[in-house]
Amino acid sequence: MRFNWKIMSLAMLSLVLAAIFMFTDAGGNWDYVLQHRAEKLLAMVMTGGAIAFSTVIFQTITNNRILTPSIIGLDSLYILLQTALVFFFGSTSALVINGPLNFFVSLALMLGFAVILYYFLFQGEQQDIFFLLLVGIVCGTLFSSISTFLQVLISPDEFLTIQDNMFASFNNVNSNILGISVAVFVLLFIYSLTFMKYLNVLSLGKDQAVNLGVPYKYAVKRLLVIVVLFISIATALVGPITFLGLLVANVAYELMKDYRHSVLLAAAALAAVAFLIGGQLLVERVLGFNTAISVIVNFIGGIYFIYLLLRGNKAWSR
Amino acid sequence: MVQVMNVTKKYDETPVVNDVSVTIKQGQITSFIGPNGAGKSTLLSMISRLIAKDAGEVRIGDKDITKTKSRELAKKLAILKQSNEMNARLTVRELISFGRFPYSQGRLNAEDWEHVDQAIDYMELWSMQDSYIHQLSGGQRQRAFIAMVIAQDTDYILLDEPLNNLDMKHSVQIMKVLRRLVKDMGKTVLLVIHDINFASCYSDDIVALKNGHIVAQGTTEEMMASEVLTDIYEMDMPICRINDQKICVYFT
Repeated sequence: MRFNWKIMSLAMLSLVLAAIFMFTDAGGNWDYVLQHRAEKLLAMVMTGGAIAFSTVIFQTITNNRILTPSIIGLDSLYILLQTALVFFFGSTSALVINGPLNFFVSLALMLGFAVILYYFLFQGEQQDIFFLLLVGIVCGTLFSSISTFLQVLISPDEFLTIQDNMFASFNNVNSNILGISVAVFVLLFIYSLTFMKYLNVLSLGKDQAVNLGVPYKYAVKRLLVIVVLFISIATALVGPITFLGLLVANVAYELMKDYRHSVLLAAAALAAVAFLIGGQLLVERVLGFNTAISVIVNFIGGIYFIYLLLRGNKAWSR
Repeated sequence: MVQVMNVTKKYDETPVVNDVSVTIKQGQITSFIGPNGAGKSTLLSMISRLIAKDAGEVRIGDKDITKTKSRELAKKLAILKQSNEMNARLTVRELISFGRFPYSQGRLNAEDWEHVDQAIDYMELWSMQDSYIHQLSGGQRQRAFIAMVIAQDTDYILLDEPLNNLDMKHSVQIMKVLRRLVKDMGKTVLLVIHDINFASCYSDDIVALKNGHIVAQGTTEEMMASEVLTDIYEMDMPICRINDQKICVYFT
């Protein structure tokens, strides 16, 4: 990739924010603070990258700029799983307390659900994306309702355990699954590189992709699995935060005005990292931990979403 | 040679294309005509592997399309559908360079760029090679997509209603280019076309479909006959000879 000043400035912004986050306002105890903050920072970089990649790839496959992978109900499935585990096994069960175990169970369940959903999508000739979305939204609502039902039944003490998982927050990063997440993230990233060459062609639409010799079903199925795994890592690490993806993917399109995914993915990932660190700084230093970062993400993301809708059709045709 | 053997496509048990067999000659323009819903586009999509067929076999040259790798087919056959809506923000030149994807997988070498330049030359797109696709008019966009197909450098070019929504000037321009591609480069062109008179003036062979069956086929000379067309379209189709072209005056 040739030198790109927009990418460079996004990278600089992320670095500066990271430096501010790491080295200011430490209040003495450096050893503890640095290690604690480094863990948070690592989690934010990974989450940002995972969310950005999954959203951009998902939007390219679906040829739609206002969808996020969360629409197929992965977030609510995650919360349902956490609720069900506490409900059936209690908040002291290994499935709840043992971080790595919980991580892999969550990953497997979300992947399994997505594969079933995709199976429906790829069965029909038309591969109607709206059908997938409809099924996803219905499932998502069902999962949320069951979660709420179970949460009403359990004792308030146990509910607190679930509540921690319901909102994305870097204040209680699952540091014992950080190592595993990094490993899965890196492996996934390397695997996804083999499909990068297809992404540009896929953005021309399905017919053109087939015409130009992309093994369409093969590539799209694997890309969708990559999307789900990225989302699952981010969700298991910090909680549901996929709305961020909509924000950064569109920032990347607007800022770069380019079709190349090498550029778009890099820009989206850097924007996500900058946004997360900036948001976390706001939560910690300005708002004094009085709110979770997901509130800020949803607030700004929501405003941006309305802006996209108000701008009308232009937003869909890049 | 394109060989279509007993090809069938059903949607919910309703056959759209029913047991169709046809052989298309090398180095010619062959037009598929017929009323709406006759199965022309479906047949073209099956020949070009865009949609799966329920039964039958299609051979492009010596290759069976279901047994050949998609990437290999992409070097033999190009398909252009009628709607080319897309989200990606790219310029004419970038779009045309995608035609080299089957060869380069996205990393274009000097030879690939030479093909891109030739295609731009051929379609006379130099003045707008840096314009964005979504800013172009329908006719200009169609020319850009055809340039991409030319850069793809395939023996067979399939076009699904290439004149859709184009004015007369652009329609004539596109058809003349197709004629030149056959004459200069020996390409084989298959197209689905609605305007019977464009089919008459520019194609060598005509294949007529109706209700999923081939009802007539032959040279343009044979097919442009009042009885044949009247059968196909179930309306009066008088033929006149104007300036040595057979023109069907069906408007009134």
